[in-house]
Amino acid sequence: MTALSPLLWVAGVAIKSLILVLLLLGGFAYLLLFERKILGYFQFRVGPNRVGPWGLLQPVADGVKALFKEDIVPAQADRTVYLAAPVISLFMALAAYAVIPVGPPLEVAGYTIPLSIADPGAGVLVVLAFSSLAVYGVALGGWASQSKYALLGGLRSSAQLISYEIAMALNILSVLVLAGSVRLADIVEAQRSLPYAIVQPLGFVLYLVCAAAESARAPFDLPEAETELVAGYHTEYSGLRMAMFFISEYIHLITQSSLITLFYLGGWLGPGFLHPVAWFVLKVAAVLFFFIWVRATLPRLRYDQLMALGWKVLLPLAVVNLVAYASWAALAG
Amino acid sequence: MSAVKGILKGLGTTWRLLWERKHTVPYPDRRRVRSPRFRGRHELRRYANGMEMCVGCELCQVACPANAITVYAAENDPARPHSPGERYAFRYEIDLLRCIYCGLCEEACPTDALHLTQQFELAAFSRDALVYGRDLLVSPEASPFAIPDGVYPPFHGVTRRGEGEPAGVEGERERA
Repeated sequence: MTALSPLLWVAGVAIKSLILVLLLLGGFAYLLLFERKILGYFQFRVGPNRVGPWGLLQPVADGVKALFKEDIVPAQADRTVYLAAPVISLFMALAAYAVIPVGPPLEVAGYTIPLSIADPGAGVLVVLAFSSLAVYGVALGGWASQSKYALLGGLRSSAQLISYEIAMALNILSVLVLAGSVRLADIVEAQRSLPYAIVQPLGFVLYLVCAAAESARAPFDLPEAETELVAGYHTEYSGLRMAMFFISEYIHLITQSSLITLFYLGGWLGPGFLHPVAWFVLKVAAVLFFFIWVRATLPRLRYDQLMALGWKVLLPLAVVNLVAYASWAALAG
Repeated sequence: MSAVKGILKGLGTTWRLLWERKHTVPYPDRRRVRSPRFRGRHELRRYANGMEMCVGCELCQVACPANAITVYAAENDPARPHSPGERYAFRYEIDLLRCIYCGLCEEACPTDALHLTQQFELAAFSRDALVYGRDLLVSPEASPFAIPDGVYPPFHGVTRRGEGEPAGVEGERERA
């Protein structure tokens, strides 16, 4: 393993960042198509099929449409914050993915290239930090619009995102206790014998619920709440800015699915006939499918039900789960 | 626990539906056969010899509950009649935006001239474009119906079969 020269290292990070951003935006676009198709199938429909074969060019059409929509800034809005909020949202969503390894390090011409932009010792904490910061985009966007609907929507969303963060963090702690490391790659390697979904079934289910709530997915898609709040915190946003909120929501979902894959499904590990990265992508796609399936099945929760579930069910269960595995780890040494 | 059971049951239900046959009709690519009694846009038919069946009696206008039909009748030129009757509809308009496609005009028509076709693709960019006049309503093709015997007084003009649009039609719009 040769150390890279600083210049090469910077160039590598830049190239990897570019690839990652393009992949995530492309991934978002096709996740949207995938979701619309699958939802269609769940509802006896065929979904988008007019643009391109099997509707494959629909994301392009959607993008062009978003681009040409009228861009409105409300007269009373706090302009700076109003314009910054979607950017913050999108940036945090993209940044969180920077530390997620999609495969084992590649060996190219004697150099070791990690398949993530950065591989910090505390990767889990970085992801948690960025996904917590995403709340700022939501809260600021709701506040800066100077609209009561948007403000209420922003507050609801912030309250929701915060109430699930704690239960989620406790679940991650149980994983860390078992893996004995905060590095994402180590957590994956620790699952070589058994994926943690089998070791910690309760933690796995709890994390799935938290992840859905954290990325505001059905049945926890209350920030949208189009029946009560028009569109929640992004009521006053239009065109590309609205699309940025939308994109960040979906990239958040991709991030959460990747985390579930890393924490509970053994990441890129799998029988050797496929490349590790392919295994990773397949598992993430499976988790995404699960979220779409849930969306097609369950109706939206009421706001008090959501709060009750977060604080009275998920949090205690996560504590129980953590205490159980921590004691087991302590006793087993 | 019952909540978890309910969720799992729901997931099972949707999973089953995922594999069921899709009900979507890929509409412009595949069109389903509509009922023969389907009521689409209106048409004024011609007899087999090319004569217009409409005699400008205005009964359809009277029958219309939405006041969508406007008929102005005019006397036929005995030398070159438009219809076998004394009169014909020299101006005939249906406001398709007001029409409720109830079919009462069709019922009221004593000569079976007016009928509702299967045609339902009636989009337009302006309101004016959806007020159909003679030019759009009178069918260019002749129907298989022959002029009934003993109903109309005999006429001594020329039949219009193979003659194209009769003279005088050009000036009709101005007169209206």
